[in-house]
Amino acid sequence: MQTLDLQDVGLRTVNATLHAQSEQTNQTAWEVTNPRGAHAIACGLDAPIEVSVKGSTGYYCGGMNQQATIHIEGSAGPGTGENIMSGKIVIEGDASQYLGATGHGGLIVVKGNASSRCGISMKGVDIVVQGNIGHMSAFMGQSGNLVVCGDAGDALGDSCYEARFFVRGKVKSLGADCVQKEMRPEHLELLTSLLEAAGIDADPTEFTRYGSARTLYHFDVDNAGAY
Amino acid sequence: MTAQDSKGIPLTTPRLSATFTPDVNSDIRRAAATGIYDIRGGGAKRKLPSFDDLLFMGASISRYPLEGYREKCETSVTIGALNAENPIELDIPITIAGMSFGALSGPAKEALGRGASAAGTSTTTGDGGMTPEERGHSSKLVYQYLPSRYGMNPDDLRKADAIEIVVGQGAKPGGGGMLLGQKISDRVAEMRTLPGGIDQRSACRHPDWTGPDDLEIKILELREITGWKVPIYVKVAGARPYYDTTLAVKSGADAVVLDGMQGGTAATQDVFIEHVGLPTLAIIRPAVQALQDLGMHRKVQLILSGGIRSGADVAKAMALGADAVAIGTAALIALGDNDPKWEAEYNALGTTAGAYDDWHEGRDPAGITTQDPDLMARLDPVEGGRRLRNYLKVMTLEAQTIARACGKNHLHNLEPEDLVALTMEAAAMARVPLAGTDWYPGKPGTTY
Ligand SMILES: Cc1cc2nc3c(=O)[nH]c(=O)nc-3n(C[C@H](O)[C@H](O)[C@H](O)COP(=O)(O)O)c2cc1C
Repeated sequence: MQTLDLQDVGLRTVNATLHAQSEQTNQTAWEVTNPRGAHAIACGLDAPIEVSVKGSTGYYCGGMNQQATIHIEGSAGPGTGENIMSGKIVIEGDASQYLGATGHGGLIVVKGNASSRCGISMKGVDIVVQGNIGHMSAFMGQSGNLVVCGDAGDALGDSCYEARFFVRGKVKSLGADCVQKEMRPEHLELLTSLLEAAGIDADPTEFTRYGSARTLYHFDVDNAGAY
Repeated sequence: MTAQDSKGIPLTTPRLSATFTPDVNSDIRRAAATGIYDIRGGGAKRKLPSFDDLLFMGASISRYPLEGYREKCETSVTIGALNAENPIELDIPITIAGMSFGALSGPAKEALGRGASAAGTSTTTGDGGMTPEERGHSSKLVYQYLPSRYGMNPDDLRKADAIEIVVGQGAKPGGGGMLLGQKISDRVAEMRTLPGGIDQRSACRHPDWTGPDDLEIKILELREITGWKVPIYVKVAGARPYYDTTLAVKSGADAVVLDGMQGGTAATQDVFIEHVGLPTLAIIRPAVQALQDLGMHRKVQLILSGGIRSGADVAKAMALGADAVAIGTAALIALGDNDPKWEAEYNALGTTAGAYDDWHEGRDPAGITTQDPDLMARLDPVEGGRRLRNYLKVMTLEAQTIARACGKNHLHNLEPEDLVALTMEAAAMARVPLAGTDWYPGKPGTTY
């Protein structure tokens, strides 16, 4: 295990050291100590390494992640895992707004709750939240899956495209063009594998699926009020 | 003999309304027939105070000129030396503005890259991501970071020579983008992670930050991901240029790209293009003032765009304090957009060469703003690149001609004192005297 004390070496050294790890690195286990809510910790990683951040993080921890697995052993600030491409981010505490915004791939797991705009504009990322999520989540979601074991706030999936949403609890309201959908066997299978990957024990049959009604896909004067 | 009615009373001449013009009436009829606003490409078409309302004074007894072919007039510019390990070094201060792949065809993007590289300048990606055509043919490529984040990925980010965070565009300050289904080919759809053929909207705000405090952190993140190697530009629409420039600089931008309302767009509501934003002429001095007040003029570069057409426009923008300019529409015209040689086809589309602006429909006879394979094939990227290079060279020579006449050995040495204005409006906006006077509206020390 390699340790980087953020207060000691500074953000640039932490990130530069992690960026220097290649595909073939032998040093695959890293910990970042004393994060103290610093921004942009472990962003832009691109190697199959495991990084544990020992505490809470500020904005954009794990931003644009590729390949790496990042454990945040605390709560995470806004835009954590933004534009993630691959790999995995696990947040032991709660996540602030814009979790996984525009993420193109990979998996983000939140053991606590996620705030508003969780999965905004998601483009292929999978997000699994053990608790609740806030309002306007998955706004303009294009692709990927958002799994919520608790409740969802207002306007879930507003103006979404092909992203899928699975919610176990209540949805306060659905956003424009987002509707409840039938849970077919292939969706149950998908949900089972997402929960498994997230290491969360929940019964897939208790979830409801939501997604795009696709009525806003073409400009239509009768829908003008919804745009 | 004047026309008379049946009772012999003279008829008045038919008189068109200055309020309800034929243009306005056709807009009303279109709205009544469709129920949806008009979308088009291009910039504001209305007449605005512009660089045409400014003149250079040239040399005289008190200022001596430089010899045209003998004495050097430098044109190079460095952008982003403030924080970046590898600032952008350009031979000429005229860059190619960000235009999306999707709005433009692959060959058009390639032609822009070829032309810009041959002229020693940079080109810019756009909404829709980076294409290999463009990266491969652009020696200096600026990668736009837009609200939509279509095609956004760290591999391309690290291939960029600079990053441009787009907050706004002059044609639509506060507006998002749209790309209609006709132009969402399979390739465009795949790059944007969207189903093919749908009408697609781009967000108007960034999904993971709002306001200057967040922007500062976003810039930090982008610098960390790219190892502090490349400059970070922030592009804003001409709306509140003094404050926007101040906030961009305070957030850590290496360069500010400022786009006036004449600036082109690929597709926006006509009402937005014509009625929101400030004319390019009006935004330069407040932005320069902001940089000067922060002690950052010439340290953070100001790149101006919106209706730049000629070397005279370049020289005027630089005299007012810009470090460089960017061109969009003019570059497309150089490639062949709106060329009268396609007049019959423009007529068939209900328009005429010079007026064609339905770039969002994907039926561009010149093969530039389209994804239709047959139309796209009309643009030869090598020939297009050559034409753009020629045009950039001419603009540069023109700007040098003016600078030498003003006795300047670098375009950056042009200054407001070299200019006069032809109208009160232009004098007020550019803060240079009305020709033949030593006064402009708002001049400090003026008593009313
Ligand atoms: C076809 C077209 C597509 C454009 N796409 C983008 C874009 O994707 N992102 C952006 O910031 N600006 C975009 N713009 C605006 C240009 O970057 C630039 O601000 C503008 O064209 C400058 O004004 P000019 O066209 O008068 O030179 C586009 C402009 C045109 C004409």
